[in-house]
Amino acid sequence: MELSRLPAYLAGRLVKAAIVILAIVVCNFFLIHAAPGDPASIIAGQSGSADARFLEQLRAQFGLDQPLYVQLWMYLKGVLTLDLGFSHRQQASVAALVWDRLPATLLLTGAAFIFAIVLGVTMGALAARRVGTWWDSIITVLALAFYATPLFWVGLMLVLLFSVTLEWLPSFGMMSVGVEMSGIGKVLDVGKHLLLPALTLGLFYVAVYARLSRATMLEVADQDFVKTARAKGVPEGRILRRHILRNAMLPVITFAGIQAGQLIGGSILVETVFAWPGIGRLAFEALLARDYQVLMGVFFCTSVMVVLFNLITDLLYAVVDPRVEVS
Amino acid sequence: MKTFWRNFARNRGAVVGLVILVLVLIVALTAPWIFPGSPWDMAGAPFAPPGEDGMLLGTDSLGRDVAAGIAHGARVSLLVGAVSTVVSLVIGIGLGAIAGYLGGWVDDVVMRFTEFFQTIPSFVLAILLVAIFTPTIQSIVFAIAVVSWPPVARVVRAEFLSLRSREFVQASEVLGKSRISIVLGDILPNALSPIVVLSSLMVASAILLESALSFLGLGDPNMMSWGFLIGSGRSVIRMAWWMSVFPGIAIFLTVLSLNLVGEGLSDALNPRLPRNRGGKP
Repeated sequence: MELSRLPAYLAGRLVKAAIVILAIVVCNFFLIHAAPGDPASIIAGQSGSADARFLEQLRAQFGLDQPLYVQLWMYLKGVLTLDLGFSHRQQASVAALVWDRLPATLLLTGAAFIFAIVLGVTMGALAARRVGTWWDSIITVLALAFYATPLFWVGLMLVLLFSVTLEWLPSFGMMSVGVEMSGIGKVLDVGKHLLLPALTLGLFYVAVYARLSRATMLEVADQDFVKTARAKGVPEGRILRRHILRNAMLPVITFAGIQAGQLIGGSILVETVFAWPGIGRLAFEALLARDYQVLMGVFFCTSVMVVLFNLITDLLYAVVDPRVEVS
Repeated sequence: MKTFWRNFARNRGAVVGLVILVLVLIVALTAPWIFPGSPWDMAGAPFAPPGEDGMLLGTDSLGRDVAAGIAHGARVSLLVGAVSTVVSLVIGIGLGAIAGYLGGWVDDVVMRFTEFFQTIPSFVLAILLVAIFTPTIQSIVFAIAVVSWPPVARVVRAEFLSLRSREFVQASEVLGKSRISIVLGDILPNALSPIVVLSSLMVASAILLESALSFLGLGDPNMMSWGFLIGSGRSVIRMAWWMSVFPGIAIFLTVLSLNLVGEGLSDALNPRLPRNRGGKP
């Protein structure tokens, strides 16, 4: 793409992203009102302890006695200033709670994503070079199996194998409790705790990316520019790396963008299984306490993450692939 | 019908899938006779391992029979899978047909709407919906349908776009048929095969989604389900592995069989497509 057109392309993408986020906020707003019962008691978290005076105060605070469009405006204004509400359960603002948990979730999803991309594309590349062999069949069977296995169950089975039976790895949390550590020791400790959750979350995508990159590599390998390179006498390894793999990565990038939402949804389950202190675990705790304000905050925050991730993949795609039309 | 069956049976995996699926259906249908009484009732000593105490798959922390839970859970999983798929088919076919048949700005609006639902983290939305509308079988079906319809809408729209300019549709238009009868009578029957294939995959993913929801404690409190069984076994996995292992296998087999049947249906309904599954190009 011509670099001069990049800003316009980016601006278009940003507008689209902003509309999606706005729509999610509106969606959240109407969910509070669509719920059976009094919106004030939902905001209070149906804690049971919510007395009439407190509800009255909430009604005034959120303008629940005002017409709906005024309420919507107030809600929008709040969210746009990053005020996601207050959790009366945890006595903290929702934004602070989410912000606190964000790094753990980013670490988990990031590790799982990189693991899936590296292993998946490698397996796909190997399968594409050995079409019709047992390698190929293994990948197909693995993909089929992982499509059918519930993520949380995979996690539990890994715990059963590696923590309960073999006692190799810790089964929950992010760090060892009660041990003071610093520097390298701490990193290793977190890494040990990260291994199983990241494996659980990533395994499904390994199968998906392996299948996808196998298909695209076979497709690219047949194209003229590869034949030209081969005719020029470029070494086979270089053709694979520079010509085939590069082009075959593009659909994988697109697909990764599309699946970002699923990855985050999956992290809720994985964090619940492994008590990983991220946003997903926060959502689970909020769920147990019926703390709807926090749940909505999580929905908003994860949506923003997905939108941002999509923006990044779009940008990556446009930069990597010169053929992308920016219109 | 005969060629349909022959094409379906050519895919070995699909036949295996169909056999598993029929077995699961039989278990679901006969659960009240094989395991009479409520699966919530105590049946033996707590934490009895498989095979002991006459319990084939062991008992849970309250002495409930895991096998009975799985059999009764099959009813709930299959029911939720089927009903929520029907609901999302109705939404998806409706929106897809409108977008594909009318085209123009209507198409634009519907497709942006569909894209929106594909972008947001659908599992988080499903959790939010079930939590807010309190976990009942209705709210679970509703939530699953709300997050599952977009692929249907896309497929139906693409089919309608290509079919609406065909001659037989134009002929019906010239004959003065109403739009509704053209859409329902002429176009939809010709767009059915991708919908059929998609719906078997949708039942599979709906079962997965339901199990994930009930694993998180968002199942209908009156219905035994596979996800609930795994969820209740989670905290005691060190002493009672059977509580979470067996229900997981049930989910795996059911979802796998539905996916295999889906592939078989796809082969049987599109016999001209090249067969390159199993790695053979």
